[in-house]
Amino acid sequence: MTPVVEGRAITRDYHVPGSLFARSREVRALKGIDFRVDKGKTLAIVGESGSGKSTLARIVALIDAPTGGELLIEGSVVDIRRGRPTTEMRAKVQMVFQNPYGSLNPRQKVGDVLMEPLVINTGLSAAERRERAEAMLRKVGLQPEHFGRYPHMFSGGQRQRIAIARALMLNPSLLVLDEPVSALDLSVQAQVLNLLRDLQDEFDLTYVFVSHDLSVVRYIADEVMVISKGEAVEQGTREAVFANPTHPYTRQLFAATPVTSVAAIRARVAQRNALRAAQGAR
Amino acid sequence: MPVLTIRNLTVRFATATGSFTAVDGIDVSVDKGEVLAIVGESGSGKSVAMLAVMGLLPDTATVTADEMSYDGRDLLRMTERERRTLIGRQITMIFQEPVASLNPSFTAGFQIEEVLRLNLGLSRRAAHQRAIELFTGVGIPDPEEKLRAYPHQMSGGQCQRVMIAIAIASNPRLLIADEPTTALDVTIQKQILDLLMKLQADYGMALILITHDMGVVAETADRVQVQYKGKKMEEADVLTLFENPSHPYTRALLSALPENASGDRLPTVSDYFTEGAAP
Repeated sequence: MTPVVEGRAITRDYHVPGSLFARSREVRALKGIDFRVDKGKTLAIVGESGSGKSTLARIVALIDAPTGGELLIEGSVVDIRRGRPTTEMRAKVQMVFQNPYGSLNPRQKVGDVLMEPLVINTGLSAAERRERAEAMLRKVGLQPEHFGRYPHMFSGGQRQRIAIARALMLNPSLLVLDEPVSALDLSVQAQVLNLLRDLQDEFDLTYVFVSHDLSVVRYIADEVMVISKGEAVEQGTREAVFANPTHPYTRQLFAATPVTSVAAIRARVAQRNALRAAQGAR
Repeated sequence: MPVLTIRNLTVRFATATGSFTAVDGIDVSVDKGEVLAIVGESGSGKSVAMLAVMGLLPDTATVTADEMSYDGRDLLRMTERERRTLIGRQITMIFQEPVASLNPSFTAGFQIEEVLRLNLGLSRRAAHQRAIELFTGVGIPDPEEKLRAYPHQMSGGQCQRVMIAIAIASNPRLLIADEPTTALDVTIQKQILDLLMKLQADYGMALILITHDMGVVAETADRVQVQYKGKKMEEADVLTLFENPSHPYTRALLSALPENASGDRLPTVSDYFTEGAAP
């Protein structure tokens, strides 16, 4: 089976302009990343700030071009350096951003947000566009009467639903999600993660899910890639990576992630009480 | 004996569409040497209650309380001058955005030495010495050099260390940390939390940690207070809260943690808790 998206030795350099005091230089943000994601699966890209995970997401979403390497979508090479991707290719890959407050135009009604991709990419009539937009609102758990409202009338979780709905309007096969739940409250995060699961099942979607939160990754991912300083230091199935992290950086990430198990809390409380008793005895 | 006691605190904001109650009858009390976590989602009023203690709310806010006292002294009725001898000295606070909390136009050294000279009356030279000690204490490498650095020349984690150094400079008895690690990477978060816990134990100060992150609560708190829409839902020691949460909202929050997912779906707050239901 051809993977929905495949990357071969993807590199990306950023040019840092010189100043009065410093020579200009190139920074290599991605140092040769290989990956593939099969249909209906989720690849989670995990890393800390500056690791290059968002750079990779933007390359996969056809927003930025890689400096070197090849990107294949459904088996065919896509190179946006050589020309704009075709409309069909654009429709296949869509993106959802981290901040639902910044990614929706405040002057655009929700209905127009959802219909715009159809206006640009399809020849549907106005009535058909409206029908599809209302159907999509229902799919993401909103109401058709939300059609005429503005983004500021919605909560963060609802806005993220709108952003997801917009990304799905053109029936994409690949959704690139860059930290889609990190700006949301815990309870809302759970709802949006459930929604992403349901939509994946219903439309057989493939996800590239960028996150720094290991507990979210453990919940949503099939495959995990840990990247640090532009290199994929660990790649494997979720089970393998979580059960047996091999790279020191992955282990460090796991060790730093807070544990909410009762056993761990009990151990910590006991340790603290012992320390207090020792201090009191002194 | 509690360091800080608050009874029936209410904070209202005057808005264009009328009065909005952000904090609705909250009690808070924290003992010497204790770590209290105040946990809640956005809009729960967890920050606003503590900003009221610090006197950092804008003029549109109306603060009322039956009692708000620090170490037996009434914070509500004391003069501004008296208040200033406490706030920033005995009660200090650090914030979510460490880079934004520092003044970008001055070096880290100037900002910490200013606190040491004004609040503790140290001489320029003594302040400089003490600043080096404090920077070393909070784990900043090359403290002499970092004193000359501007905030933009340091990472977020380092700026938060500078903020912590400033906050503990006057040897406070109560430190309020408002989401101190939310803007930081998880490995840096771990370092900052470890540092806060170490300092809290070494100085024997009370620590109020405001957070939305149940993981942070699990790793730090002695006692936890859960807030929702300006009201206190539950208060318990940390083990009881995680092991046997009594309020539906707390149960909902804990079950929404992705690591507690059983099966395919995450339970959401609305599965457990409907708004307006009796708490």
